[in-house]
Amino acid sequence: MTSGGIRIKAWAAAACALFSGAVWANPQPGQLNMTRGVTEWSPEPYFLNNVALGVCTVIGVLVFGAMFIAMFRFRKSRGAVAEKWSHNTMLEVVWTTIPVIILIVLAWMSTGGLVSFADTTGSQMTVKVTGYQWKWRYDYVDYQGKSIGGVGFMSKLDDQSNETRQLDSGLDPKSVKIGDENTYLLNVDKPLVVPVDTKIRFVITAGDVIHSWWVPALGWKIDAIPGIVNAAWTNIKVPGTYRGQCAELCGQDHGFMPIVVKAVSKAEFAQWLAQQEAAGKAPPATPATPAAPAPASTAAAASASITAAPTAKTPGKQG
Amino acid sequence: MAHAATHDHHDEHHGAPSNFFTRWFMSTNHKDIGTLYLVFSLLMFFVGGSFAMVIRAELFKPGMQLVQPYFFNEMTTMHALVMIFGAIMPAFVGLGNWMIPLMVGAPDMALPRMNNLSFWILPFAFALMLSTLFMQGGGPAGGWTMYPPLSLQSDSVAYVVFAIHLMGISSIMGAINIIATILNMRAPGMDLLKMPVFVWSWLITAFLLIAVMPVLAGAVTMLLTDKYFGTSFFNAAGGGDPVLYQHVFWFFGHPEVYIMILPAFGIISEIVPTFSRKPIFGYKAMVFAIAAIAFLSFIVWAHHMFAVGLPLGAEIFFMYATMLISVPTGIKVFNWVSTMWGGSLTFETPMLFAIAFIILFTIGGFSGLMLALVPADFQYHDTYFVVAHFHYVLVTGAAFAIMAATYYWLPKWTGNMYSEFWGKVHFWCSVVFVNVLFFPQHFLGLAGMPRRIPDYNVAFADFNMISSIGGFLFGASQLIFLGVVVHCAFFSRKKAADRVWEGARGLEWTVPSPAPHHTFALPPVIHDDELAHGHVDD
Repeated sequence: MTSGGIRIKAWAAAACALFSGAVWANPQPGQLNMTRGVTEWSPEPYFLNNVALGVCTVIGVLVFGAMFIAMFRFRKSRGAVAEKWSHNTMLEVVWTTIPVIILIVLAWMSTGGLVSFADTTGSQMTVKVTGYQWKWRYDYVDYQGKSIGGVGFMSKLDDQSNETRQLDSGLDPKSVKIGDENTYLLNVDKPLVVPVDTKIRFVITAGDVIHSWWVPALGWKIDAIPGIVNAAWTNIKVPGTYRGQCAELCGQDHGFMPIVVKAVSKAEFAQWLAQQEAAGKAPPATPATPAAPAPASTAAAASASITAAPTAKTPGKQG
Repeated sequence: MAHAATHDHHDEHHGAPSNFFTRWFMSTNHKDIGTLYLVFSLLMFFVGGSFAMVIRAELFKPGMQLVQPYFFNEMTTMHALVMIFGAIMPAFVGLGNWMIPLMVGAPDMALPRMNNLSFWILPFAFALMLSTLFMQGGGPAGGWTMYPPLSLQSDSVAYVVFAIHLMGISSIMGAINIIATILNMRAPGMDLLKMPVFVWSWLITAFLLIAVMPVLAGAVTMLLTDKYFGTSFFNAAGGGDPVLYQHVFWFFGHPEVYIMILPAFGIISEIVPTFSRKPIFGYKAMVFAIAAIAFLSFIVWAHHMFAVGLPLGAEIFFMYATMLISVPTGIKVFNWVSTMWGGSLTFETPMLFAIAFIILFTIGGFSGLMLALVPADFQYHDTYFVVAHFHYVLVTGAAFAIMAATYYWLPKWTGNMYSEFWGKVHFWCSVVFVNVLFFPQHFLGLAGMPRRIPDYNVAFADFNMISSIGGFLFGASQLIFLGVVVHCAFFSRKKAADRVWEGARGLEWTVPSPAPHHTFALPPVIHDDELAHGHVDD
């Protein structure tokens, strides 16, 4: 692997970023920097990262440059004779003050971003996320002021990745693909579907051990902790499929616990939600056999279930 | 004269015991115990390193090829525990044992019998901990931080907790010994502000150890009672709080990372002036900076927990406090560079490692500053960016400083010169491959690869392969180190002078090489211009 190769791939990734937010949102071979993300807030960490990296690079060039000059100029082999001084108050005051000023600027920038992240008020939608070993459960709580009944499902690693990842499976991870995109370990059976241009509040918890819900394109991760409900928000601007993984060590299959968020237009989402609600309300239509698996949604089942009590805790269907 | 006092002391009846068992198992001599610590830590360095090789081999390409995911988690957990508690910390204690009495003009450690005990606890603690790998149910696999509830799912909780208690007891006894030695055993005229920076760094580190090891002991004891005695400290179903564990753990854990770097600062502050032939720049500022870093280390623990959902005020406080640490750390780096400026530099192996330390540790510090910015940390947290960050500060920081110290003082310990050629080969291999190993991990983290995963998407394949190749070569390079040390100790025929390095100053260079079994039976007379930092008269 030459650096040229890496650079070409980085350019390719950057080009993708210009033409399609959806592709850029997921990891690219040879990707060198953080994703800018696709939400209202995600540019915050991206720009902070770039500014801090720039500041560090400048300081690094100055300090290491001075070191290399010292190593070249003051070599004993070049006849350098050691000087006697070991103190310089002026210099010390300067190199304490300048870093403090830089830090104040960085602190000011970070604080602004953090305050806007912490503000989960005014959301138009709430999704409850629950981490389990080793799958995620999503429950839709409300949307545009209306509570949603019975829409919730488990989301786990897709079967193709799961077969391929078994020790000595003999299957090639490179062949796990959807279209052109390699989705090995980054695909699930049922993605979380959400609308774009909507402030979505996530309430996040866990059922057994601590997990962490992380989709890089959304710009944040937050821990899912049993007994605690954490809140975070996002407002996705670009439709697309965004992939992430559990980021807190949660047991043997920690590496196989992906997260997929599918952001669609509001109209598409409304349609999808209606379908799910219909499917979710189907089981009470046949109260005599509550243990029966949810039938595929049909118009008849949906209309029959309107008066039935919703069973929010029953997953509609697990494909 | 310091020389006269020790040169007179070559009579045999005060030498080391000739019986191997008596000498090495019952020793109360600070030099022998220091050697034991160093040998033990070198052994653990290779044990922990072999675990790292398993990790890098599995991550060499996408797909699971070698180990089951659970075993992978055991390897990451054990690698960390062994490297932290088995390699880095005992190495620093060994260096402290060997050098602190020599540097302050003391005949031995203040509490020599306790010194023996605090070493001999360690092999038993590690035998206990490593034995869990061979037990049914396996070793700990919940990460070195042992966050509940995950860590409570393991069958080996009791073994690991007991081993950690033993290590903590050993560390606390070692720290008490070092404080007692430094405060009570200094030669007349060795004022606190005349002590070498290495001694200062260890004094401050020892206080950190005493302050935080009991906190760790408390945290793991609560784990133990949660697992076996039905308590619910960390069990939400019983009214406990899993996040409480993280607060208590990191109140230990953050000072712990400074326990692993402050003595390294001390070592670099000895080596850079020696090979610059110039006293250290800003001695008092260096001491003050170490103290300031130590103080700050107590109030920044929650920066490991930015993603647990802390209140806004807490996130802001811990962010600001964390960013502040870069000020004293920056002062130290600037002072090392200024020490070199205007000097008369030579580049023997210890100096090469010290220079690599300054550059690479600073790079680790830069990523640390980036991690302090909370909004950005939401993206970095628990990714390979963090892995790269702490390996830069712990491998090219702490471990490189220990290697620098080994080359620097090895002639004093053994009386022989090491092979400068092979030392430099070791240096160049290490410094190149360690960057091949860890630098690409920054990119992996930024692109979104979580840490502690045994397998990954093919987008991460290239950098992981580069990193693994760097890992294997870095690991192999350490065999050169082993070769150089063994050769120097047993086979080198090139005798070392008392003052091994031309620019070396300080009491340890006034005693013969090898340092006799007993030194400073009569307190040495201190001449200010013989001290490492010259006159401190401002």
